[in-house]
Amino acid sequence: MTDTPAARAAQATPPNVARKIKGLSDRAIAWIFVGPTIFLLLAINIFPLIWTIRLSFTNFKANRINREPEWVGLRNYERILTDSDIWLNMQATAHFLFWTIFFQVLIGFTLAYLINKKFKGNDLWTTIIVLPMMLSPAVVGNFWKFLYQPQIGLFNYIVAFFTGKDPSSFEMLGSVDLAPWSIVIVDTWMWTPFVMLICLAGLRSIPDYIYEAAEVDRASKLRQFFTITIPMVLPFLMLAVLFRGIENFKMFDLVVQLTGGGPGSTTELTSINLKREAFEKWRTGYASAYAIILFVTVFGLASIYVKALNKVKER
Amino acid sequence: MKTFKLASVSALGLAAATSMAGTAQAEDLTLCWAAWDPANALVELSKEFEAQSGHTMNFEFIPWPNFADRMLNELNSGGNLCDLLIGDSQWIGGGAENGHYVKLNDFFDAEGISMDDFAPATVYAYSTWPKGTPNYYALPAMGDANGWFYRKDWFTDPDIMAAFKEATGRDLAEPKTQKELLETAQFFQEREIDGKTVYGASIFTERGSEGITMGVTSALYPWGFKYENTPGSYDMEGAVNSPEAVEALEFYKEFYQTATPPGYTNSYMGESLDAFKSGQVAMAMNWFAFFPGLYADPATGGDKIDFFVNPPQNQAGSTLGGQGISVVSYSDKQDAALEYIKWFANPDVQAKWWELGGYSAHNSVLNDPGFKDSAPFAGDFLEAMGAVQDFWQEPAYAELLLAMQKRVHDYVVADQGTAQEALDKLIEDWTEVFEDEGKL
Repeated sequence: MTDTPAARAAQATPPNVARKIKGLSDRAIAWIFVGPTIFLLLAINIFPLIWTIRLSFTNFKANRINREPEWVGLRNYERILTDSDIWLNMQATAHFLFWTIFFQVLIGFTLAYLINKKFKGNDLWTTIIVLPMMLSPAVVGNFWKFLYQPQIGLFNYIVAFFTGKDPSSFEMLGSVDLAPWSIVIVDTWMWTPFVMLICLAGLRSIPDYIYEAAEVDRASKLRQFFTITIPMVLPFLMLAVLFRGIENFKMFDLVVQLTGGGPGSTTELTSINLKREAFEKWRTGYASAYAIILFVTVFGLASIYVKALNKVKER
Repeated sequence: MKTFKLASVSALGLAAATSMAGTAQAEDLTLCWAAWDPANALVELSKEFEAQSGHTMNFEFIPWPNFADRMLNELNSGGNLCDLLIGDSQWIGGGAENGHYVKLNDFFDAEGISMDDFAPATVYAYSTWPKGTPNYYALPAMGDANGWFYRKDWFTDPDIMAAFKEATGRDLAEPKTQKELLETAQFFQEREIDGKTVYGASIFTERGSEGITMGVTSALYPWGFKYENTPGSYDMEGAVNSPEAVEALEFYKEFYQTATPPGYTNSYMGESLDAFKSGQVAMAMNWFAFFPGLYADPATGGDKIDFFVNPPQNQAGSTLGGQGISVVSYSDKQDAALEYIKWFANPDVQAKWWELGGYSAHNSVLNDPGFKDSAPFAGDFLEAMGAVQDFWQEPAYAELLLAMQKRVHDYVVADQGTAQEALDKLIEDWTEVFEDEGKL
């Protein structure tokens, strides 16, 4: 017998096991290995998904087990898609998504670009910058709540220092105009380091010889930036956008701690609204339809985005 | 008061000794409630039960903002974490209809516990389902209502009194109407007292659970708000959005905008207490349950504080708080849990409950001649309990509550739309809920 990994694995197989699997085809052995995983996938992901789709056509309520659910067809979907309040939640989510990603990419890339330069204390600064993302969102939400407090909050005092306004004259969390920005600021503060790390990985993956060749060709720094740095970091940036997009679409804890969805429903993101429908109002059927709509939206957008990402990587 | 206490304690021992006779095996019982001052008093009180019955009492206290979520999840999943639950009054419908609570009629009959021994408002609100019928799912455990407290030292300061007289033309005193309440709060708003800027009052504006609804209804009820034109009809048009209701909601918004500290856009019990204890506000609304602790506070309690009932406007009206104690149907220690309820219903235990800081709903305590003078807020408590109104207690109460939270927060705090629109939309939401429930 040759000394290959397969041969070594065969030798290491206990005789009783070897006897049992003797005669099994490769396909059968493969099924034995992947079977448990497929079973778990079906039990934990696929079955609940199918069950949720089924529930979405009923008026089932999980807190009313005694009541027989009725088949309501597409009524739940119709209600959701024609509910102006839900569209406002969608708008709030879109605002949050767009601006958090915009600022995180902008600041994250800038920080990565600066950190990538060799300077003294580089590692220390990297550690300091990534600290916020190591904190729990609940903790971050709570302490930013204090920072935004109009009477004693540091944030208000800093703004007041630069603008000359009275610190208690504006409420970041209580104002309809400012509250959506207050959650954008906190999420940006917390997750920009994540984008920075991904960008840093991208920047460090660019071989020096490419820049050296550009130097030889007398390309300016600006030209190098736009024709080497940006294109080569772009797949990494797009990956960061994908991660942050998916994460922020399901944003819940941080915003609940900060604003509870208020004032009014100004910062009530779809995930907060969905949680209220499903586990506070217990409208399980309705919430299932809501979840399916969100799933299709995210899945559809993510699929298109991943295709675009692959095309960029192929270039 | 001293005689009252001595009599209670000595009778407690005797009564408990007789009532515990025949106790079977010792059990570990878990009682679930919200985490607040009265819960600590109940722990103290329950030591007597442990000593007499041989059972061990464990407690699961959940902070108020998560209390409903946590406990309703527990009940809906058929969990047996709690043998006894002091659940909010609004849960009684769901508790009864969904089979979470044990019906107590037979037990009460067998043990000679009469609901006539408890204040009628509390029996109606905490124990019965359907409302007002003699079907009992809880024993009134903790009477409560939303009331007010204020800085007595500021209200009796001659300079402040003179300034108030000059500003309003009347004497500075406990407000007798809702409009006086607002006027008084506006007087204190951004006033300099002891070199510090203070504000009018802290009111409930919390969005997530029940806060702003409890605050707004404290204005709606005195204006004469009704949930239905005819009780049990679910006919809300003209009742929920009556001109009086619109005026009351506009009043609450004006109160929020002109007489509360900045930043109190999402405040409930804890924030109200903090605002008062930190000397930021002249007045604050909160549940009577907190009043013993406030009175005992070394910085702002004692002779610096006094209390008043939610002022009337068109009529007297206070928002009901409080809870009944129920036996959870999923518990496998129901006998021991019922034993606890039997012990708790004893008049002497009820007397001690009040002494320790719990609000007994037992007539023997409330009708005691010494009760009114037993605490500075006792008289106000009695007055409040005489005019309480509660939110819907329907099985779908959570949906009804969250709809109201959204509509009134949108209007009061987020300043969107008009009061009329908010109440019209609320009727639409509630109609949808009752249609889903098959009640409309």
